[in-house]
Amino acid sequence: MQLLVLLTSTLGLFATGAYAVVARARTDIGARVYRISAALCFVSFLTAVSALTAEPQLASAPLGLPWIGMHFRLDSLSAFFVAIIDLGGVAASVYAIGYGAHEKEPARVLPFFCAFLAAMNAVLLADDAFVFLVAWELMSLTSWALVLAHHEAEENRSASFIYLVMASFGTLALLMAFGLLAGSVGGYEFSTIRTATHAPWIAGVALALMILGAGSKAGLAPLHVWLPLAHPAAPSHVSALMSGVMTKVAIYGFIRVVFDLLGPPAYWWSIPLLVLGAASAVLGVLYLTVESDLKKLLAYSTIENIGIVFVALGLALAFKSQGVPLVAALAFTAALYHALNHSLFKSLLFFVAGAVQGATGERNIERLGGLIHKMPRTAFVALGGVIAISALPPLNGFVSEWLVFQSILLSPSLPQWSLKLIIAAVGGALALSAALCAGGFVRAYGVAFLGRPRSEPATAATEADDWSLGAMAGLLLACLLAGLLPSLVISVISPTVMSVIGAQMPTPGGMPFLSIAPIAESRSSYNGVVLFIFIVFSALLAARVVHRFGSHASKRGPAWDCGYPDPAPSTQYTASSFSQPIRRVFANAVFLARDFVDMPAPGDTRPARFTLNITDRVMENIYRPISGGVTFCSTQLDRFHSLPIQGYLMLVFVALIVLLSGIAIWQ
Amino acid sequence: MAMILALAAQGLQMAFVLALSPLLIGFTRKVKARLLRRQGPPLLQPYRDLVRLMRKEVILAENASWLFRAAPYLIFATTWVATALTPTFATGLAFSWAADLIVITALLGSARLFLALAGMDVGTSFGGIGSSREIMFASFAEPAMLMIVFIVSLIAGSTELSVVANHMLSSSELPVSFAFALVALGIVAIAENGRVPVDNPATHLELTMVHEAMVLEYSGRHLAVVELAAAMKLLLYVSLTICIFFPWGLAPYEAGVGAMAASALGYVGKVAVAGFLLALFEVSTAKMRVFRVPNFLGAGLMLGLLGLLLLFVSRSL
Repeated sequence: MQLLVLLTSTLGLFATGAYAVVARARTDIGARVYRISAALCFVSFLTAVSALTAEPQLASAPLGLPWIGMHFRLDSLSAFFVAIIDLGGVAASVYAIGYGAHEKEPARVLPFFCAFLAAMNAVLLADDAFVFLVAWELMSLTSWALVLAHHEAEENRSASFIYLVMASFGTLALLMAFGLLAGSVGGYEFSTIRTATHAPWIAGVALALMILGAGSKAGLAPLHVWLPLAHPAAPSHVSALMSGVMTKVAIYGFIRVVFDLLGPPAYWWSIPLLVLGAASAVLGVLYLTVESDLKKLLAYSTIENIGIVFVALGLALAFKSQGVPLVAALAFTAALYHALNHSLFKSLLFFVAGAVQGATGERNIERLGGLIHKMPRTAFVALGGVIAISALPPLNGFVSEWLVFQSILLSPSLPQWSLKLIIAAVGGALALSAALCAGGFVRAYGVAFLGRPRSEPATAATEADDWSLGAMAGLLLACLLAGLLPSLVISVISPTVMSVIGAQMPTPGGMPFLSIAPIAESRSSYNGVVLFIFIVFSALLAARVVHRFGSHASKRGPAWDCGYPDPAPSTQYTASSFSQPIRRVFANAVFLARDFVDMPAPGDTRPARFTLNITDRVMENIYRPISGGVTFCSTQLDRFHSLPIQGYLMLVFVALIVLLSGIAIWQ
Repeated sequence: MAMILALAAQGLQMAFVLALSPLLIGFTRKVKARLLRRQGPPLLQPYRDLVRLMRKEVILAENASWLFRAAPYLIFATTWVATALTPTFATGLAFSWAADLIVITALLGSARLFLALAGMDVGTSFGGIGSSREIMFASFAEPAMLMIVFIVSLIAGSTELSVVANHMLSSSELPVSFAFALVALGIVAIAENGRVPVDNPATHLELTMVHEAMVLEYSGRHLAVVELAAAMKLLLYVSLTICIFFPWGLAPYEAGVGAMAASALGYVGKVAVAGFLLALFEVSTAKMRVFRVPNFLGAGLMLGLLGLLLLFVSRSL
């Protein structure tokens, strides 16, 4: 029943996209389409939530490949991810009702927006490799079209090209993974793959291919290079969907294959996940701290958060393979919780970036500043998002990171030395990334929203519209609730964890006041509500006492600034000066950062210049050689394009000889 | 009734740390002065300073936003809660299960976030430089702190501070890793509290300072609240060290009023020792350059890692 509702609303989203094409001349088409998609996503969201505890449901359609058809399935795992995707869909649609008014060419966005949402839903409902891959490719192509929506800018075009290449590469990897799993019999239905036994090397290669395929879509280092280019290029509500939601589809695909279809895990499967996850977390956050483009910075933070999710998934695999299902359930809960949290706060922050861009036309934080005075409401929700994403209590980001740390602290019980040591190092890397992430967002928020305006547009900024603010406030509320009531969220996630791991975290039933304790209360526990009330109470008490016994008097004056106040906003600390210590400490290891100071000789009237070059090491050391190799091969092959007729005949003859002699040797 | 008593004990803990923290600052200053053969300010000078600041008028920079005015209370509240959740005179207080060591660290992280944001709010270069450096130090201190948490949780089987303290009281083994963890915690504490050699709490020389640069624009009651929060943070790290490494004499909550009073006296004594050692350390070192601090904190991280490795090795033998 719920599956049919979901399929219908997916079809409805496709239909809405088609309607947007047909009715593109209408002036109110944007608001109308976004309203419909918000409603459809909301229905899907409620249905998916109700299906979390339901039994798996199957459906099939005779369409598709003749001897395969199309199979759909809704179980607890897909229901959980459908809920995340459609919650993000609702938020993005509501936000876009207001934000979409900025769009100059809505016909370039609307049809693809709806089709993108529908394709993501279809990936989650697929029950055979055919539907999965078609929907996956559709998801890639629609989002590619959205990245190209503002095609006038050269950087968007190159971003969309890189995205297309990486997406095709990812789909190819997935195709080969499914091909391997289907075996020579060709059982492409997930139910067949699930029951078949796979040789260890097949499972290993399939795992590697899944890391390539799903990892490249999710933004796992070193497959992340396209992400900070492509995500920011799309309109902000689409960026929110791509970063906050589409990466979750990739995580779903990974979980579906590795946890569900591949069979019982071996312990070493977790090692690449842990290493790549930790590398993504640290790399993403380091680039975040030196980036000045608001949306790129958020895209780098997505890489970091995906890294955390993959670390948690790796922990779950490690514990599952060692027969410690309780801890595996804890780590898996942490992964799902973090995926949910990330979809909430990342969407929120991309909406904020969109609101800032809408108000000022700027994405570079160096040219913003003082927005807290011009856009107080946006500044308030943005602060909430910053606290959430920095993993600070009492908001939601903290809870999931806390759960990850708790499962890391249980790793010494694993028998493998390699895992013990790797996980300890991974723990340190996650702590580093958490601290740097908070710092990076202090920098972004401080430079963009605090201080004094650094440019004309920032001075003239105005508050965002009510729809946008409503969507942002709703997400902030969701972040707060997910942070304060972790036990509720965990009990919502539990059925999914149960269905995948076969165990679940201890039910919080016996605990007082909604606290959570992953293993036992004497080991560690956390209570968001008590902590929140405690903090609010102390803050109010302090304010009350200070105002009761202290002086009330306050007046405005010029900033003290050590006695040398300078009214020029350019004397403020800039974003690049803020990140200079980090850059300097990590400069050569990661960034290849180079400072160039051009100091004119005395008497010269030329201005002094400071230039900063930051190179993406991954791009430089992995992708440049590959693309160089491809270019080299294609230029070599290019010669064969314009041969005289004798040349072509010769070519055919040589090929024939080679083939025949090959056959002769073979026999 | 039990509930009211439990809440009262928790409230007492909050009042206790609030009352004690300026004294620790005053004591450290006094000892430092005496070690340098100076007279030094009276022991109660920090209290007088707070009262004086409280009475003064606040001068807000023209550009200051609501965040600038709200931040002191948020910093104060998160620090206060974190300090009140760290066992001082009794373990197993009413709310001790609401937060473990990781939560307490993260609460300090929240305080740091607000402090760093407040430093950037007015839009001066000094505030920014302070925030930037604070963030850099934190990014090294946090992994070191996690390694300490790792060691503690591995030995005590818990990250809950009350449980850790009780385990330490009842256990007879004393792993070598604890020494590493203790030194690492000392390094983290010095960096996080902006003490010599990382930062100098006594100067206002702009280019050497971190904490003072962030609160440069605060005045009057706001400054009083921020300074009190900073004092409490120092007490928190001292309590943390005492609770994890030297919990002898610490009474469980059930032990009754007499035992708790004795435990409180013992605690104050241990805090005095810690204050003395801090002062001794501070007068015998010089402040280091900003870019040497990562090495200093890196040493803490390495010690944590070594301690962890040692623990793994000793456990498996």
